[in-house]
Amino acid sequence: MSSIETGVVEDAAVAAQSMPAGKHKVQEDLGDGFETVGNVRVNDPTMSTSDVQVFYGDKHAIKNVSLDIAQNQVIAMIGPSGCGKSTYLRCLNRMNDTIDGCRVEGSIQLEGQDIYDKKLDVVPLRARVGMVFQKPNPFPKSIYDNIAYGPSIHGLAGNRAELDEIVEKSLQRAGLWEEVKDRLDAPGTGLSGGQQQRLCIARTIAVEPEVILMDEPCSALDPIATAKVEELIDELRENYTIAIVTHSMQQAARVSQRTAYFHLGYLVEVGETTQVFTNPTHKLTEDYITGRFG
Amino acid sequence: MNQSRSRSRTAELVEASLKRRYAKESRFRMMGLGAIGLGLLFVLILFVSIISNGYGAFVQTHIRMAVTFDSAILDPQGTGDPEVLKQADYRQLVRQPLREMFPDVKSRRDKRKLYQFISGGAERELRDMVLADPSIIGTTKELWLMADDDVDMVVKGHIAREDVIANGGEKLIQWLERFEAEDRVERQFNTTFFTSGDSREPEQSGIGGAVAGSFFTLIVTLLLAFPIGVAAAVYLEEFAPRNRFTDLIEVNINNLAAVPSIVFGLLGLAMFINLFGLPRSAPLVGGLVLTLMTLPTVIIAARAALKSVPPSIREAALGVGASKMQTIAHHVLPLAMPGMLTGAIIGMAQALGETAPLLMIGMVAFIVDVPGGPLDPSTVLPVQIYLWADSPERAFVERTSAAIMVLLAFLISMNALAVILRRKFERRW
Repeated sequence: MSSIETGVVEDAAVAAQSMPAGKHKVQEDLGDGFETVGNVRVNDPTMSTSDVQVFYGDKHAIKNVSLDIAQNQVIAMIGPSGCGKSTYLRCLNRMNDTIDGCRVEGSIQLEGQDIYDKKLDVVPLRARVGMVFQKPNPFPKSIYDNIAYGPSIHGLAGNRAELDEIVEKSLQRAGLWEEVKDRLDAPGTGLSGGQQQRLCIARTIAVEPEVILMDEPCSALDPIATAKVEELIDELRENYTIAIVTHSMQQAARVSQRTAYFHLGYLVEVGETTQVFTNPTHKLTEDYITGRFG
Repeated sequence: MNQSRSRSRTAELVEASLKRRYAKESRFRMMGLGAIGLGLLFVLILFVSIISNGYGAFVQTHIRMAVTFDSAILDPQGTGDPEVLKQADYRQLVRQPLREMFPDVKSRRDKRKLYQFISGGAERELRDMVLADPSIIGTTKELWLMADDDVDMVVKGHIAREDVIANGGEKLIQWLERFEAEDRVERQFNTTFFTSGDSREPEQSGIGGAVAGSFFTLIVTLLLAFPIGVAAAVYLEEFAPRNRFTDLIEVNINNLAAVPSIVFGLLGLAMFINLFGLPRSAPLVGGLVLTLMTLPTVIIAARAALKSVPPSIREAALGVGASKMQTIAHHVLPLAMPGMLTGAIIGMAQALGETAPLLMIGMVAFIVDVPGGPLDPSTVLPVQIYLWADSPERAFVERTSAAIMVLLAFLISMNALAVILRRKFERRW
């Protein structure tokens, strides 16, 4: 972790130049006129955000972020702690609504529809944009009930047989079916950490969302479980649009097609993952990727 | 070289201070143990004194008598009409065998003393027997009749026989010894104590009325305090915005928990009885007052239980698209339920032991009948204990302690229930 120097530097370019090569000194503010490096727009995006600002009370957590999330792709969001990547992710299914004093400005669209529209109901939105959390959080119920909960509250299954089918299909897609098919009545909390996280992914895809948001899904898992989840993410890409926040640059490089680098509330750089990791354009991105700070 | 020397010096200093540290630690431990020991000792003294005082009340001295159901006394006209049988002079049935046993007792004063051997409750027992089965008229039966409380106390040894003799009760002891010699005295299980209401005569008094009163009062309290408390807690914890107004409510709830209970009694008197015109001494009013008193406890416990549900569970439910209400009803409430139940049961136990507010609404009245519903006048266990503790008869001392034992048994079993429920429904996440 680098120490943070206080004081406002007007110009981002000046700031980048004046930054010593050492492993510290990160300036506070990139300035009002800062523009993201790289191509933030894509053709036919699933989600499109423009000039998103997020405030926690007085704290300005996200500053002017515009970004498209492309269909059937994995986009990785990386950056040092406190850079706003999780906050940004939680805006995409309005999970920030539950936080007191959180205010979101700008436009976030899901297939052309503004999700912060006053008339829009957040329940169907969250059914379309599912979320997997940092810590595996299965309900303290049976494995079956964990998966069946979403479909049954949304009325996706007409009868028990259809529900059984959804549960089996979701568990199979999450690669968990073989491990748990004989003990669907066992509590979900009794599984191992990696299994629990795959159970949570299965629970999310049981609702058939269009987008899956993943907030550091592997940070509580061991390397083997991580590998399984990464494999799963790669497979899920065929059917879903995925946005993943991760602390591990290797993970970002392995699973994503596009990478977005966040820094202190700014979206600094977006690009093809290979390009961002091999040939970053912005100095801050380069410093982060090469391990100068973060 | 230098470094190693300084390190050994550190070790020396640490070593030197170790002894002091350990001494401090063991002193602290001894103090804690002492406090616990003292606490246990007091509990032990309390239990020993109550049980040794009160266990005697669970048995009652009975005297065997050959009672003749004389038709000349009960039904001289031979009508067989229940109304006539109800009005008959059953006192004579009890007195007759006594007169026959002690024919030499002639003076009126002695006779009256002799008749006092048997409790007035025996007459009622005989009447109930006849009314239940009129065919026993004309027969003679050996029956165990309830002895008077003074006799009971002498038999149990709470009043020394020498003292009775010294106070001019020489004949009483002679008669008692005659009964004992003829094997006519026996201590039997005291069912009256559990079934009947209050009475001026200790041997006829019981906690039945008070237990029923407490039961109805607590039912009213539970039915009101639990749903209202849980609903208030859910609203405050899950829905209410954080602003001055909700802060004010929160402060007030916390303050209400500390308000002396008699104040709630006054409020109940002014509101429920004077303003709404509800009946005095009724468990309904008692329950309403105790609801006011226990609500803060229930709300605070329920809010703590809701707070302890991890946010990850809420996020998980919201994440799959559950609405706020579904999240709370399907996930948060079930997880918070054990904590809420514990709070409610502890609140109920508090209400069960409460006396002061009930004095204000007239539940301190002398009530002989066992209440049949929440609108009948009645009293409750702790108030009954308070009433008996005030009575001068020696036999009431015993009954006071016995009633305390029953109250404690209820309290302990309620608290045990709270623990069991918590264990049973506790889930890991």
